[in-house]
Amino acid sequence: MFDDALAFLKGFWTTFKYSFKPPVTIQYPDVKRTTADKYRGRHRLYRTDDGLERCIGCSLCAAACPSQAIYVGAAENDPEHPISPGERFARIYEINMIRCIFCGFCEEACPVDAIKLGPEYELADFNKADFVYTKEMLLEPEKYAPKLQYHADVDRSTDSRGVHTTLNSVYRNHHPIGAPDPRGLSHGHGGEHGPTSEHPAAAAAISEVTAPAESKE
Amino acid sequence: MDLFALAVNVIRALIIIFALLTCMAYMTWFERRVISRLQARIGPNKTGWEGLLQPLADAIKLFFKEDIRPLMADRLLYVVAPAIALFAALAAFAVVPLGPTLSLSGSPLALQVADLPVGVVYVLAASSLGVYGLVLGGWGSGSKYSLLGALRAAAQVVSYELVLGLAIVGVVVVSGSMSLAGIVNAQANSAWFIFLQPVGFVLFLIAGVAETNRAPFDLPEAESELVAGYHTEYSGMRFAMYFIAEYVAMISMSAVAATLFLGGWRGILIPDGPWWLIAKMLFFLFLFVWLRATLPRLRYDQLMRLSWSVLLPIGILNVAVTAVIVAAIG
Repeated sequence: MFDDALAFLKGFWTTFKYSFKPPVTIQYPDVKRTTADKYRGRHRLYRTDDGLERCIGCSLCAAACPSQAIYVGAAENDPEHPISPGERFARIYEINMIRCIFCGFCEEACPVDAIKLGPEYELADFNKADFVYTKEMLLEPEKYAPKLQYHADVDRSTDSRGVHTTLNSVYRNHHPIGAPDPRGLSHGHGGEHGPTSEHPAAAAAISEVTAPAESKE
Repeated sequence: MDLFALAVNVIRALIIIFALLTCMAYMTWFERRVISRLQARIGPNKTGWEGLLQPLADAIKLFFKEDIRPLMADRLLYVVAPAIALFAALAAFAVVPLGPTLSLSGSPLALQVADLPVGVVYVLAASSLGVYGLVLGGWGSGSKYSLLGALRAAAQVVSYELVLGLAIVGVVVVSGSMSLAGIVNAQANSAWFIFLQPVGFVLFLIAGVAETNRAPFDLPEAESELVAGYHTEYSGMRFAMYFIAEYVAMISMSAVAATLFLGGWRGILIPDGPWWLIAKMLFFLFLFVWLRATLPRLRYDQLMRLSWSVLLPIGILNVAVTAVIVAAIG
């Protein structure tokens, strides 16, 4: 019977000792967790080193999307002024963010690493219509995405606790080619990571397109 | 009784009721913050400084909620039951002495609403009135879960009232007085009754938690078992009244425990006064919250078995032994 009473007291001590430990709560929105590098947030369309859009309008992403959230309208590249390194480019590229389930299949399906999912997750908005993101909004989110979204260029790099806020750590390490570096620390060409892809054929194609001698990371 | 004394009484009662309701509101804040820290999180800290306006926000929210009356609800009982529960909870606090007797322009001003010579019996009676609030609410809601929850709650409260009464009898035997002010004064000369009546103290604590339907004895309002028991069909202000009644009962029980076992408003070193009582009440309220954070719920049969097979015999034994010792010592 006394072991039972002792068990009670042990239980009380178990809960009580937590009052001495710091709480695990992260006080959003003053403090935000750093997202992992593989975090699947808002999509972003990328460009090649030469400034061409990577997207070649093949619609593999639209085919892979389980929610049919992507709409791709392709058009032939004008040989004089190509927009993408392939034969076609995406004239219309829209993602319906309400339909999107952020699974990343489009990123996996893309043969040229044009679309990647990034770290932004604060995507709330007021109108259903505003959730259909156009190509401009996806290519250059800092300029054209909805004002309410949280972007690296207006972000603080660390908060008062020294915790990295969501975006800057990711933008620092995986700087999208062509996008402005919010802290001005990039080397100008931002190519040290280089374009990568899981598809060996696509990787070979990319390296052939961008710079034949460039080493793959 | 002349007009002045009447006015003093009424104003005193109103002040105590108002203070009790404010304490209840901040008790919710206290509970949420303390439970959170015991669970390694922070709790509400955004509404106002450190979340102190959270109770106000909750009150406003409850006020604006739709006032439902189920189709099968008994018209009168459904409306009256929460009021009865609230009344009983507030009434129990009337006999608690908050401090030494002051004097107001010559005549004595006791810092309690009424000093009945049978104060402890009055406390038990007020808790018993609370049972009406539960049962009438459960029946008046016209729903199965409410009725079951109300029956369980009523049986639980009634059973643990016996244990409560036995714990109190022990204190009465030792102190020789049934009025709470008398018990506080009796503890001035001897040790606090927690040392003279340790078994009684533990019994009072357990029974007090069960009386107020708090964890681990909160089966009557367990969400997973009974939706919400007797207050399933209530929402908005009526639910708020039940909610207030539960927390006020908790506060009253802490106050009575502090008065009976820890010497009430008396203290050591720092001069006597209401602050001692408040400090002791805070200790008991922390204990209530700590219990809720730590222990899993008792199943209903375990609850009843505990009361009748374990606590009642221990209580009777405690009274017998206390009486023998007091008679022997004289």
